[in-house]
Amino acid sequence: MSAEAAAAGAGSGYLAERGWRSWAYTLDHKRIGAMYLYTTIVFFLLGGVFALLLRLELLTPQARYFSNHTYNVFFTLHGAMMIFLFIIPAIPSGLGNFFIPLHLGARDVAFPRLNLASFWIFVAGFLVIIGSLVAPMDTGWTFYTPYSARTQAAVTTLSLGVFLIGMSSILTGLNFIVTIHKMRAPGMSWNRMPLFLWAMYATSIIQVVATPVVGVTFLLLAAERVLGVGFFDPSKGGDPVLFQHFFWFYSHPVVYVMILPAMGIISEVIPVFSRKPIFGYKAIAWSSLAIAFLGFLVWAHHMFTSGMSPLANAIFSFLTFFVAVPTAVKVFNWIATLYKGSITFESPMLYALTFIFLFIIGGLTGPFLGALATDVQLHDTYFVVAHFHYTMMGGTVMGFFAGLHYWFPKMTGKMLNERVARLAWALIFVGFNVTFFTMFIVGTRGMPRRYAEYLPKFHTENVISTVGSAILAIGILVMVWNFVQGLRKGTKAEANPWRALTLEWQAASPPDTENFHEIPHVTDWPYGYGTKKA
Amino acid sequence: MGSLPNFGAASAEAGKVDAVFLLITLIGGFFFLLTQGLLIWFAVRYRRRSPERDNETPQITGNHFLEFLWILIPSIVVVVIFYYGWRVYTDLRTPRAGATEVYVTGKQWMWDVRYPDGRTAINEIRVPQGKPVKFILTASDVIHGFYLPSFRVKMDAIPGRLTTLWVQPDRPGRYQIHCTVYCGDGHSNMNAQLIVMDPREYAEWAKGGGEKGREDEPLPKRGERVVGNAGCLNCHAISGKEKIGPNLGGVFGSKVPLEGGKTAVADEEYLRESIVDPGAKVVKGYPNVMPTYKTSLPPEDVRAVVEYLKELK
Amino acid sequence: MSSGHPAEHHDPEVAFESAKLGVWTFLATEVLLFGALFTMYTVFRAKFPDLFHAEHEKLNRVLGAVNTVVLITSSLTVALGIDAIRKGKAKLLTRYFGATILLAGVFLGVKCVEYAEKFRHGLFPRTNVFFSLYYMMTGLHGIHVLLGMAVLGYVLVLARRGRFSESYYTPVEMSGLYWHFVDLVWIYLFPLLYLAG
Repeated sequence: MSAEAAAAGAGSGYLAERGWRSWAYTLDHKRIGAMYLYTTIVFFLLGGVFALLLRLELLTPQARYFSNHTYNVFFTLHGAMMIFLFIIPAIPSGLGNFFIPLHLGARDVAFPRLNLASFWIFVAGFLVIIGSLVAPMDTGWTFYTPYSARTQAAVTTLSLGVFLIGMSSILTGLNFIVTIHKMRAPGMSWNRMPLFLWAMYATSIIQVVATPVVGVTFLLLAAERVLGVGFFDPSKGGDPVLFQHFFWFYSHPVVYVMILPAMGIISEVIPVFSRKPIFGYKAIAWSSLAIAFLGFLVWAHHMFTSGMSPLANAIFSFLTFFVAVPTAVKVFNWIATLYKGSITFESPMLYALTFIFLFIIGGLTGPFLGALATDVQLHDTYFVVAHFHYTMMGGTVMGFFAGLHYWFPKMTGKMLNERVARLAWALIFVGFNVTFFTMFIVGTRGMPRRYAEYLPKFHTENVISTVGSAILAIGILVMVWNFVQGLRKGTKAEANPWRALTLEWQAASPPDTENFHEIPHVTDWPYGYGTKKA
Repeated sequence: MGSLPNFGAASAEAGKVDAVFLLITLIGGFFFLLTQGLLIWFAVRYRRRSPERDNETPQITGNHFLEFLWILIPSIVVVVIFYYGWRVYTDLRTPRAGATEVYVTGKQWMWDVRYPDGRTAINEIRVPQGKPVKFILTASDVIHGFYLPSFRVKMDAIPGRLTTLWVQPDRPGRYQIHCTVYCGDGHSNMNAQLIVMDPREYAEWAKGGGEKGREDEPLPKRGERVVGNAGCLNCHAISGKEKIGPNLGGVFGSKVPLEGGKTAVADEEYLRESIVDPGAKVVKGYPNVMPTYKTSLPPEDVRAVVEYLKELK
Repeated sequence: MSSGHPAEHHDPEVAFESAKLGVWTFLATEVLLFGALFTMYTVFRAKFPDLFHAEHEKLNRVLGAVNTVVLITSSLTVALGIDAIRKGKAKLLTRYFGATILLAGVFLGVKCVEYAEKFRHGLFPRTNVFFSLYYMMTGLHGIHVLLGMAVLGYVLVLARRGRFSESYYTPVEMSGLYWHFVDLVWIYLFPLLYLAG
C-alpha cells in the first residue's frame, strides 16, 4: 500500500475522481459495486416501507386504513421489490463486485464493460418495474396463472422489467465465473481461495443456470397476455400448474443465490473475530457447490398441494431434506470455529453470530415444510412467511449487514461508530424476533398468508408482530443513519483495522483504482489466524 | 378449536399430522438446544478477556471424525422425518371406502357446493359425523386453495381440472374453511364452514331438503340469512365503508347510475336481475366482477333476498 | 477509460481464454432459455399428439428446409472467416462475414414469408397450442438471428478497420461460436416443428 494513499485519507483511491460521468461510465468494479449497493439499499428501505404499511393494516382483523385491493398491491410490491431489486442483487452485485477481484488479487473482473452494462440493464429493469406501477399488480410476487394472465394490471410491463433484471443477474454471474477461473493471483490455488469466493462461485453457477428459465417464464406470461397464447390457460388446453413448475424451477434455486453469498461473508467474519482458523475449509467450500446442485432438484416442494401425484410429491419431499445436510455442515463448522477461539464482538461479529442464531431457527422450521403431512397444513399460512423471513432476513440480510459493517472501512476509508452500530443491532435483533416469531404461531393455528382481513382469534399475535416491526424499523433507520454519519465524519480507517488475512486488506482503505500496487503472490490460505504472525 | 398445535384436531388423520408435527418439533428442539447452546456457550466461554491474549488459539482446521458424524447423523434424521411425513400424507390422500362425494367449486370469491342429490349451497358444507366425505374440487376462474385447518388438509382448486380431498369428521361442530391461493380482492373473505352434524340432525336436515325448507320463515328473515351465507357480504357492505360493490343499505327504490350513461330504478326486478345476471347492468364506477348466482341460489332464495333488501335502510 | 484501464489484460492468452469461457457460459444460459421452450413443446406434444400431427402438416416444409440449408451454409462461411483471420487474411474474413450476414438476412426473409403465409391462412399464436409453440420458438430464435447479425456486423466493421490479425481475433472467434449455437438451435427446431408429427 502506498504511503501517499495512507496519508491522503478518505476520498482518495478509487473515490478520488469526481463528476457524474466518472460514475456513469466507470469500468471500475468498485464503483459499479458501490452503485449497486446504493441502489439495492434504497429498494430495501422502500420494500420495508411497504412491509410497515402491511403491518399497520394487520393491527386490526378487518380492513381499516386501506382497501383489501390496496393491501394486496402492497404485499405484491413488498415481495417483488425485496426479491428482485434487493436481496438477489445486493450481496452478489454489490459486495461481490467490490470484493471478488480484491479477494483474488486481481485488478478487476474479467469483463469490466460487461459489468457496467449489467448495471445499466439493472437500472433499465427497475425503471420499467417502477413504470408498471401505473397499474400496480396484486398477484403476489409469484404471479400464479390464470390470475396473473387476466388481471387488469401492468403485468406485461413488469414481466419485461423482471426479464431485464434477470439479464443483469446472468451477466454478473457469468462475469464472476470467468473472473474466478481466470484471474486468481499467482499462487492462489482453488484451495487457497477465501470462502467468500467459493460461495460466490456457487452462486454464479446458479444464477447462470436458473435465471434463463424465469426469463422464459415471464416471456410466456407476457405472450399469454399480449399474443393470446394459452400454455397456462385451461380453456385453451393449457395447464396453470405448468406455470408454477417453470416459476419455481428458478425461484427455488434463487433462494440459494440469496443465502450462499451471505454464508460466504459469515465464513470470512467468524475466523477474523475469533482469531482462529476456519474449521473444515474443504467441507464449507464443497457444501456451497452441493447446495447449488441440490437446490435444482427440489422446486416442487412449493407445490405439494397443487394436485401433483403423491409419487411426485414424495420424490420432491425426499430430495428437499437433503439440502439440509450441507447447510448443517456449515453451521456446525462455524460453531466449531468459535471453540477455543479468542472472540470479540465488534458489529460485524454481532451480525455474523446473529445470522447463525436466526438462520438455525429458519433452517429448523424447514423440515415442517419439507415433510408432506405437515406441509399440507402449513403451506400458504404464516408459518411459511415466518420461515422465509427467518432464513432470508434473519439469514441473508443479517449476513449483508455483517458484510457492510465488516467492509465499511475498506470501501469508504472511514470507521463506523461502534456504539451506535451496537445499539442498532440490538433494536434489529429484538424487533426482528418479535415481528416474525409470532408468525410461526398464527401459521400453525391456521392463519393463511396474503390475507388483508383475518379471523379475530389471530388478533393478539398480529398486534405483537406489528409492534416488533416498529422496533425493527427504528433499528434499521439507526443503522442507516450510522452509515451516513460514518461516510460524512467517520474516523479515518487504516488499511487493515480487523487484522484480517484476505487480500483486500492489503490494499489501501479505500483501495486505489488499480487495487494493488503490485499483484500479490499468494503462499498460504487466508485463515491462519491465532498464530504468532496473525 | 384448533388453537394450538396438537389441539383441536377434528379427525383421527388430523391427530396423526399433529403427531408428525410433534416429532419434528422434538427433533428440531433438540438440535436447536444443541446448536444454539454451543453457539452461545462458546461465544461466552471463549470471549477475549484481555487484549494481548489473541494469538494463542489452537490451529484446529478440521476433524474428520466429527465432520463425518455431522453429515451422517443429520442425513439419518432427515430420512426419518421424511418417512413419517410421507406415511401420514399417504393416509391423507387415500380416501376411505364409502365416502360421500361433495362437489366444491371455488370462484371469485365464494365456494359453490353441490351435493350428490343435486342440492346446492354457498360457503357451507353439511356432513354427518362419523362418515368419510370426499370433496371433489375445481375452480371456475382462477386457482383457489381449499383449506380445512382443523382437519389439517388442503388442496388447490384448479380451473379445468378436478382435485380431491377427503376427511372423516369425528366430532360435530362448525369448522373453518379458508381460501389459501391468492385469487384477488376477495381472497381473505372466501370463508366457508364445514358443518358436521350429529347423524340424527343430519338425517332430518337431508330429508327436509335442507334448512331452506322452513315454511314458516318470513321472507325477509330468510333473505337476511341467505345474504349472510352466500358470500354477498364479502363484497357488499350494508352501510359504512364500501367494499368492492355498492352498499346494500337503502338501495331499494334508489336511482342507480349505470355504466354507459343510463340510469335505472332499483326495483324488485332490477334487484333480481342483479343477482342472477349481474353483468347486464353494471353500476357506474364499479368493476364488473360480480359472479352470477343463477345456478347457486334457487328462485325462492333470490326472492327472499329481494324482500330483505327492501327492508334495508 | 476504456483503454489503459487497469483491468485490460496485458496477457493476451488469458484474455482469449477468458473470452472463450465467457461465451461458453453465455451459451449455457441460452441452452436453458431454449431448453425451457423445448420442455414446453415436450409437455404439450405428449398432451395433444393428434393436434401436433395435424397442425405440423400446415407448416411449409420446403421453406423450412431452405432455411436449414441457408443457416448451415452460414455456419460454414463463419467458420471459413475465422480460418481466414487465423491465417492473417483480414480481407477474406470480411468477405466471409459479409456472406454470413447476407445468408442470415435470407433466413429472416424466408421466415417473414412463412409468417405472412400463416397469417393469411388465419394461423396466429393464439390459434392453438401448436402454433403458439411454433411462433414462440421460431420467434425467439429469429430474434437471436437478428442479434447475431448485429454482432457479426459489428465484428465486420472492426475487421474492415483492420483491427484483427493472426495474433488477435478474439471477437471474431467469439461471434462465430455464438453463430454456431444459433444454427444448432435451428437444427433442433426444424425437425421437431416441421418434420416430426
